[in-house]
Amino acid sequence: MRRYLARNVSLVVGIVLLGLLTVFMVVGAFTVDTSNAQALSVPALQPPSWEYPFGTDRQGRDLLAVMVAGTPLTLRIGFIAGFFGVGVGAVLAFVAAYYGGWVDTIIRGIADIGLTVPGLLVLIIIAVSLKGTLTVTQMALIVASLSWLNPTRTIRSQVLTLRQRGFVEIARLNGMSGPEIIFFELMPNLLPYLAATLVAAVSNAILASVGLEVLGLGPVESPTIGMTLYWVNFNAAIINGWWWWWLAPLVVILIVFLGLFFLTVGLDEIANPRLRRAV
Amino acid sequence: MGLYFVAKRFGVFLVIVWLAATLNFFLPRLSGDDPVANKLMEQASLGGYAQAGIAEMVKVYNQHFGLDKPLLTQYLNYVGNVAHGDLNYSIANYPRTVVDMIAEALPWTVGLLGMTTLVSFALGTFLGALLAWPGAPRWLQWFMPPLWALHAIPFFLLGLVLMWLLAFQFQILPIFGGHSPGAKVGLTVGFVLDVLRHAVLPSLSIVLVSVGGWALAMRGMMVTTMGEDYVTFAEAKGLRSLTIFMRYCMRNAILPQTTALALALGQILSGAVLVEVIFGYPGIGALLFQAIQENDFFVIQGVVFTVIVGLGFATFLLDILYPWLDPRITYRRS
Repeated sequence: MRRYLARNVSLVVGIVLLGLLTVFMVVGAFTVDTSNAQALSVPALQPPSWEYPFGTDRQGRDLLAVMVAGTPLTLRIGFIAGFFGVGVGAVLAFVAAYYGGWVDTIIRGIADIGLTVPGLLVLIIIAVSLKGTLTVTQMALIVASLSWLNPTRTIRSQVLTLRQRGFVEIARLNGMSGPEIIFFELMPNLLPYLAATLVAAVSNAILASVGLEVLGLGPVESPTIGMTLYWVNFNAAIINGWWWWWLAPLVVILIVFLGLFFLTVGLDEIANPRLRRAV
Repeated sequence: MGLYFVAKRFGVFLVIVWLAATLNFFLPRLSGDDPVANKLMEQASLGGYAQAGIAEMVKVYNQHFGLDKPLLTQYLNYVGNVAHGDLNYSIANYPRTVVDMIAEALPWTVGLLGMTTLVSFALGTFLGALLAWPGAPRWLQWFMPPLWALHAIPFFLLGLVLMWLLAFQFQILPIFGGHSPGAKVGLTVGFVLDVLRHAVLPSLSIVLVSVGGWALAMRGMMVTTMGEDYVTFAEAKGLRSLTIFMRYCMRNAILPQTTALALALGQILSGAVLVEVIFGYPGIGALLFQAIQENDFFVIQGVVFTVIVGLGFATFLLDILYPWLDPRITYRRS
């Protein structure tokens, strides 16, 4: 185990980064008063100090409280949309790849066409149409509406190669039904790959949700990381030299994305040992 | 390359256009809001008093915009208009048309995206090939970790850091906009230089992030290609290693890269929208942001539609070019 981890550095880096973030969230939840994440609760525009380690923003939010309250919200959006995406994507992919024929043509066609469309723009249209105050869960569902496209495509191609293997043929000759083969023969073999796809989907969902929030289309009431960046942009914090205002959300997002990225690479290495030669 | 193939790909492109128009039409109507009534109420509340006869005004406007007809008629009208390139008026900047506003913004985005995508694709592909090549200088390997890390973050985040570093701290580059305010627009050397200077930061934030992705993918492909028998054979023939590198390895490894490029266009564009917003770059992204702020629904629709069509067309072109890049693919009907 230890020797394997020493070789799979990406996995370790990913786990450590996400672990740090979890520690920050848990410790923060118990020690920081998150009601200060609302506007007008602390003096405005204080640079980092003992009392406000991350500083405060122009509307009087304690940025430490915002990060403690906002990081789980941002992750929640990512997890809901990511799980939904891989769940739906996996089912569609297995059905398409295993049964082939016109089912495959339709599913693949939709995924292929959907992927050429810039996701963020479709999400913008949806979010704008639903105008009014979104909740974090609604936000997650909006992002989820497109998050199954990529998993469908990638998992499908994996199933296609797997389907040709001898053990699937034997299972079929043994009289196993299609769904049985999918669940008991194909799925277990693809578990590491599904895990890697899940992490990538979570990362993409967070990216999309942060994008919507930066454009001002997020849940305005909730102190998510993306909303913080929206206010940074709105108040031109960089030109005004309020560096602490954008530093905190920047570092949090950086840790989220880098952690998820290295985790994906690490899981990919487990799922696809042939990569070992390349990395 | 068969005409059949081109026609089929063009058919897919038309389907994308139709889908985009249809989504654009139906999604907003799902919410059941009346955009005209909303806008009028908003204007009235700005004035501070409730004007008499708003209901009548809503009715007149709805008639004027054809919003009182049955849904199917509206839909057919809409598709007809879109087919003629008519994307309606801007609500916030009436009487400017949406097409006008998009035409003004589009060159900025096409320029920025075209340049950055080409540069990062070429640079990343070449770098990735070198990284896999045993004969390449060792110090190149030091580029890997930072490129990897950069590749994982969104464009606009790097944009924020670059903006702070190069425009705020050191003030060597302009912080905002596509050209200096008040600059005389025209094809003069001064103006072109000004535009280029303003494009550096947004471009840099896109290129630095994308290069890593292309390099990573290319490196993986090169490793696979270098294990092929024809490469061993080329070595055995005693070909120059530059020839093997360029004509045998890169030439073959670059094919999946091009497919990936076609698939990545949408994602690149999504990211670039945010970069434009951060830098106030006067392209499609900034127009979209402004429209969202002003609740200018027709502009939002128009921008989304234009972008989807544009990207669909770019994908179509790449698809057609593919057989030319890879002669093994003839796309003949089997």
